[in-house]
Amino acid sequence: MSAFSAVYRRELAGSFATPLAYVFIVIFLLLSGAFTFWLGGFYERGQADLAPFFSFHPWLYLFLVPAVAMRLWAEERRSGSIELLLTLPVRPGTIVLAKFLAAWTFVALALALTVPIWITVNYLGSPDNGAILAGYLGSLAMAGAFLAIGGCLSAATRSQVVAFILTVVVCFLLLLAGQPLVLDAFRGWATPAVVDAVASLSFLTHFQAISKGVLELRDVLYFAMTIGVWLYATTLVLELRKAD
Amino acid sequence: MIEVKTLTKRFGDVVAVRDLSFRVVPGEILGFLGPNGAGKTTTMRVIAGYLAPTAGTASVCGHDVAREPLASRRCLGYLPEGAPLWPEMTPRGFLDFIADVRGLAGDLRRRRLAETIGRLGLEDVLERSIETLSKGFRRRVGLAQAILHDPPVLVLDEPTDGLDPNQKHEVRTLIREMAPGKTIVISTHILEEVHAVCTRAIIVARGELLVDERPATLEARSRYHNAVTVTAAAEADLDRIAAAVRGLAQVAAVEVDAPDLRLTALPRAGEELYERIAELARVERLPLHGLRLETGRLDEVFRAITTGTEAAP
Repeated sequence: MSAFSAVYRRELAGSFATPLAYVFIVIFLLLSGAFTFWLGGFYERGQADLAPFFSFHPWLYLFLVPAVAMRLWAEERRSGSIELLLTLPVRPGTIVLAKFLAAWTFVALALALTVPIWITVNYLGSPDNGAILAGYLGSLAMAGAFLAIGGCLSAATRSQVVAFILTVVVCFLLLLAGQPLVLDAFRGWATPAVVDAVASLSFLTHFQAISKGVLELRDVLYFAMTIGVWLYATTLVLELRKAD
Repeated sequence: MIEVKTLTKRFGDVVAVRDLSFRVVPGEILGFLGPNGAGKTTTMRVIAGYLAPTAGTASVCGHDVAREPLASRRCLGYLPEGAPLWPEMTPRGFLDFIADVRGLAGDLRRRRLAETIGRLGLEDVLERSIETLSKGFRRRVGLAQAILHDPPVLVLDEPTDGLDPNQKHEVRTLIREMAPGKTIVISTHILEEVHAVCTRAIIVARGELLVDERPATLEARSRYHNAVTVTAAAEADLDRIAAAVRGLAQVAAVEVDAPDLRLTALPRAGEELYERIAELARVERLPLHGLRLETGRLDEVFRAITTGTEAAP
């Protein structure tokens, strides 16, 4: 077995070894259900789609995904096992990718457990299942982006709490990059091109585009690049701390 | 082989290691000594590739740790300080993971796993989670990880720290058994360990190399080297014996340890005392219980060297 799959499997098994995994799954399922039915007015809308379900995902992820990401590196640094991991004959990039994919697989599993709501909507009406699939993909992509950010910030700190808070703040700003809250801070001094560039970083804009069922290349590319950039940044952080 | 050349490591303003150079060849067991904070762990971390040097180089089996990190790590078995492990894993799961990452497969893998598990006596704890194991077993799992791929070079940071005397003995035996043909560096601040396992000793303090010698040569620096310890039969005799021993021209000083009924006579430079005192005891009919020749006390040499109170040898 390759070093990559060994690290991946160890990480995935490790993420189920703590109560956090089960707390995450239960809270994710409870909240996504509650938001869909109570806040989203799933029945009252009278439409056979999952728009109310997906529309709350960014806000659920904002607090739940950083909780998964915070332990990725900070926990290893605190316990010292990072020294064991980084002195094995494996490239840091391989470890970064394996850790990220293991955490992403875990979130994907939690997301897959929401399948009853898809069955429900198919029982009640005849929804556009293509759009629902796109919604799931968009949701997973956004969770991946949050995880990549959280993993990088976790690598930069020894404290899980600091990693959590930093990740929530960064993800919150990126979520709202297209909204007045963030844009007004730039409008005063930046050129319109900069303001547009910031606006185009918005998670929410790209996620909403995908979850409407429009799987456009630029939205997919946006999440793929966000993940790639933050994973690369993680390897840089690890190199930097080595020379610390 | 390990080669460290003019290695310097700085953490901000603090210089942890300053211009350190040494070479360890196959067959040697190097004891890396120094007070806490002397730079031992930092040096070992650079050799293992966990820290990048500020200046200078380190290489393992001829592979520079910075330029060929994977090649140098393949040659190396490394036990980090405190033997960190993943507490939720079992020793079997953990060793399987290490075997996978190290690319061990087939027959070789089975053989290495069986041999390592047997050598470290892990058979009975293989299926228990590591967090429930005693400190001794955890240390042994850490050691198992380091020797699993039968590396030509071993770097062990305080391999016996926190073990009971029996476990210490086992680990030292293990290290000695593996020594032929291997390059081994162990750090320790237990000085008896140097005597028990090492073929060479390096002492560092404040990041600088102070001494690089064989343990016996190191012991010879002690003022107790060739000293003679006399045990008296009864406390009442101690004063008479002390007076008689002080009378010898070859004796520089006498230290009396009354509660243990012992006194130690230190020789003047170049003098042999053992025969003299044995002779004296016969002639004067001194009531002795025992007579012992001292080889030197490493802890005293260590203290003298690392606190800078030693005169040049």
